[in-house]
Amino acid sequence: MILVLVEVTPAGEAVETSCEALTFARDLSAAGGGVAIDAVVVGRPDDALVGELASYGVRRVHALTGSAYDAYAGAAWAAGMLAVRERAGSVVLMAAGTSRGNEVLAHAAARTGVPMAANAVSFGGLSPFTVTRQVVGGAALEEMQLGQRPAVFTVAGHAVQATPADAPGAGELVVETPDVAEADLVARVVSTDEPAPDLSGALKSARVVVGAGRGAGSADGFGEILELVDLLDASLGVSRVVTSLGWRPHHEQVGQTGSRIAPDLYIPCGISGAIQHWAGCSSAKAILAINTDPDAPMVTKATHAVIGDLHEVIPAVNAEIRRRRG
Amino acid sequence: MTSPLVCVKRVVDSSSEVVLTEDGQGVDGRFAGFTTSAHEECAVELAVRVAAADGGTVTVMTLGDADAVEQLRSALAVGCGAATHVLADPQGYGPADVAREIAAVVRDHEAAGSPHQLVLLGNDAADTGDFQVGIRLAYELGWPVVNGVSTVSVSDGEVTASGAGPDGFETYRLPLPAVVTILEGGVEPRYPTVPGRMKAKKAPIEEREPTGEPVGPSRVRLVLPPPSASSVQVLGEGAGAAAAVVDLFEELGVLAR
Ligand SMILES: Cc1cc2nc3c(=O)[nH]c(=O)nc-3n(C[C@H](O)[C@H](O)[C@H](O)COP(=O)(O)OP(=O)(O)OC[C@H]3O[C@@H](n4cnc5c(N)ncnc54)[C@H](O)[C@@H]3O)c2cc1C
Repeated sequence: MILVLVEVTPAGEAVETSCEALTFARDLSAAGGGVAIDAVVVGRPDDALVGELASYGVRRVHALTGSAYDAYAGAAWAAGMLAVRERAGSVVLMAAGTSRGNEVLAHAAARTGVPMAANAVSFGGLSPFTVTRQVVGGAALEEMQLGQRPAVFTVAGHAVQATPADAPGAGELVVETPDVAEADLVARVVSTDEPAPDLSGALKSARVVVGAGRGAGSADGFGEILELVDLLDASLGVSRVVTSLGWRPHHEQVGQTGSRIAPDLYIPCGISGAIQHWAGCSSAKAILAINTDPDAPMVTKATHAVIGDLHEVIPAVNAEIRRRRG
Repeated sequence: MTSPLVCVKRVVDSSSEVVLTEDGQGVDGRFAGFTTSAHEECAVELAVRVAAADGGTVTVMTLGDADAVEQLRSALAVGCGAATHVLADPQGYGPADVAREIAAVVRDHEAAGSPHQLVLLGNDAADTGDFQVGIRLAYELGWPVVNGVSTVSVSDGEVTASGAGPDGFETYRLPLPAVVTILEGGVEPRYPTVPGRMKAKKAPIEEREPTGEPVGPSRVRLVLPPPSASSVQVLGEGAGAAAAVVDLFEELGVLAR
């Protein structure tokens, strides 16, 4: 059996990356001759969530309940997942490659003394069990063998597209209240503050993101860039150079150590397109690079480009937008 | 007094092209150069602040080949007071091996009368991206672990750590000793001063052998993703491209009225 940790939003829905992991699990199940897929969720799911998970082919939804799960603790989540595994006998433990997913499964792998593969994008075969995963921020791939049981891995975001199953699973709800040791609750969240409005949330969900890198020149070099942001009703995303130099705050950073964005249009201006930046913007549907260097990786990887100084191009674009609006 | 241990790793600077070694077992850094992982630069900064707050000393450690001494000296130049170098080819070491070697350093320093109450690491290494050395270390030591936070402070024997979670900004508070893994973004690593650099050049470094044979990573090989052919459409040069750019905006329907 394949056991998948499913993360749930505060509104009670499965997060997209967990649905992707379930889709990945279905391919694995098919390759293994139809092994059952069970989900683990923390808290009590409502009927809609159980139905949603069933539509992804889930046979049973194991709900971890009890006061141990009131606040997030990675060790406690892993303990719960392993308690389910012990009874149900799963051979594969999976999650989405989110901060929670990687953390909980690393606990599970450490506790069972097996390796873990973080951020898998595909599996190479079942005997031996091999997955291919992203390393170096996605610039390279590693083929990794998971020979021991359970096989523990997480699925990189957007490695597969979340797709419901042709035939839904039974979606039977099983309420679990595993014993959790005190030691597993020592490192638990004691408070959660809503992020201040308009931090990276707006950036991650923006339809259009205007990006700015070292080419902006200085903290004062953002005037015309911010004007374009305004004209397009867009969000501003920046490179790490910009945050390291203190020109803009970190929550605006796009990339491996910043936000991952997937807008309809990304407009990176004066950004070279280093792999760590690319890791955060490669899901954009269209990319318009503005750069003085026609050979910059961002230009060669973009769908569209303008070669030139952003301090000349952007004011002209802004003026043209205003002219057409009349 | 808190005297943290902070773990750093020498990684290939992959901001330009990534080249693999001939045997496909690692990234070749001969042309690109090497750096300290961004998360760990922040971990060093946080460790220095924690120690400065109550008169402790930071020890920086790495497991790496002889050249990794450069990463240790960089950390010494920005305020770490001592350094430990486990001399080994990191390519042969999987996450469980590295965790065991770090745990051995923690135990030996404790036995020698200079215990670390707190170990800080990067949340994941910039090259292998395993996301698990800190957690495996915590199990080796039997200590609690907090992951992926960007601020850390210590007072009254308790560590407070916080960072962005899926539903907001999360805070953890737990007793020492503890392991904490750091995500970039909560602090700006400081630049070394000239006296800092001078001091770092001369600072003694504890050199150690690994405690045993590593099991190794579960790696078969590394491969590069297939190169994608460039299909960029150049709309023009300089200010003259403005009309074509705005045409594109209209075509994509992103020009709100
Ligand atoms: C572990 C790790 C994590 C990292 N995480 C991230 C991350 O999350 N996000 C991130 O962005 N980076 C990250 N980096 C850093 C990354 O490697 C690059 O250093 C960074 O992205 C470069 O930023 P940049 O493109 O703004 O600057 P540069 O690389 O200096 O490029 C500037 C570009 O601007 C162009 N330019 C200059 N002047 C002008 C002008 N007037 N008009 C138009 N174009 C101009 C140049 O041709 C060049 O292409 C990370 C690095 C490491 C090691």
